[in-house]
Amino acid sequence: MRPSSLVLLAGAVSAPAVAGTVTVTVPRLNVAEYHRPYVAIWLEPVGGGAARTLAVWYDVKKKGNEPGTKWLSDLRAWWRKGGRSLKLPADGVSGATRTPGQYTIPLPADIKPGQYVLNVEAARETGGRELVSVPITAAGGRATGKSELGAVAVTR
Amino acid sequence: MKLSHLMIAAAALAIPAAASAHRMWMLPSATVVSGTESWVTVDAAVSNDLFFFDHQPLRLEQMKVWQPDGSAGQLQNGSTGRYRSTFDVQLNKPGTWKIGTAMSGVMGSFKVNGEEKRVGGRGGPPRPGMPAPLTVADIPADATDVKLTESSTRNEIFVTAGEPTTTVFAPTNTGLEMAPITHPDELVSGEAAKFRFLIDGKAAANLKVTVIPGGKRYRDAEGAMELTTGADGVLSVTWPSAGMYWLNATATDAKTMTPRATQRRMSYVTTLEVLTP
Repeated sequence: MRPSSLVLLAGAVSAPAVAGTVTVTVPRLNVAEYHRPYVAIWLEPVGGGAARTLAVWYDVKKKGNEPGTKWLSDLRAWWRKGGRSLKLPADGVSGATRTPGQYTIPLPADIKPGQYVLNVEAARETGGRELVSVPITAAGGRATGKSELGAVAVTR
Repeated sequence: MKLSHLMIAAAALAIPAAASAHRMWMLPSATVVSGTESWVTVDAAVSNDLFFFDHQPLRLEQMKVWQPDGSAGQLQNGSTGRYRSTFDVQLNKPGTWKIGTAMSGVMGSFKVNGEEKRVGGRGGPPRPGMPAPLTVADIPADATDVKLTESSTRNEIFVTAGEPTTTVFAPTNTGLEMAPITHPDELVSGEAAKFRFLIDGKAAANLKVTVIPGGKRYRDAEGAMELTTGADGVLSVTWPSAGMYWLNATATDAKTMTPRATQRRMSYVTTLEVLTP
């Protein structure tokens, strides 16, 4: 078995052992007008194929003329790669926007073996937009955003 | 007729005359929106520099909206100012919408008793102090030196709510049309996009296509890409950067419908939004 498929398979075998996790850092920014960013976290197979959204944090509660979903397309890469076909709110996927800090979410247990890239995209009202891509290797993966995202780590 | 006069007439009618460099364009506030609560607002104008309205508005009388299922949609809050028209479209159904105009006309000249007269020209309401332009029906039987050119222009944009659809791309098989291969609302800088062009429903090979990025005022060069379609009528464009682009394809042939017309000029215009990867 190739090492890359090792951990992603771990959930599928009976030993619950160590489940993979994704840790995303929403940085604290020193700006005059701060709004919590919209964030999408998704897995993409390296060879192409459907993206799988693990989490999307947006203004779930805002309704009316301009519901919170209006700005989901500002997460441009995620929107194009699958966000636009996702019915929201989605159980276990959508959630409220997060304050600055570190957040850990589990990698789903039922992912097919294969090579994946983890993507995290953040877009902030009156702020910037950033996409951080982390190729997942046997040892996990790690990358750091420059502006809208801090460290992103995949453990397995 | 003086050249300057001809240019104004052509711009107002939005039929591209060879003498006119004025470009007709529409600029949507967004091409990709989420949900079915969103609106787009569109600027429509005729000018040289893209996308700056500083010359003439594009008239809204002929502007149409196609819903994702191909049926007629609604244009709202239309207004025509000195330099531009604006209007809104509520994208209340998911899928890809088309907004635009298809215009055609006949221009040219003929002689009666040695005196040259012009046919066609300015559209819209009559201007005070100016006689109404002659039409093809006004050409007397004894006219000589009849020179008539058919002109047709399509100017359309595509906006998508939610997932993109392709129903509005269905060609009418008349004149010059674009049949996208790459969805026009899925354009990404650095990636090649492919669009097939058709004339009367058949692949338009070796068609000249100009692609110009917006924001002309803030750079020195026009930055135009002069491209040509392949034998299969397919144009391939690789976008150098994200932004709004104006695309214009033109063709001339002799397949006229109007009696005594010798030439047909066709033009296709669209505005495309390219996003960052």
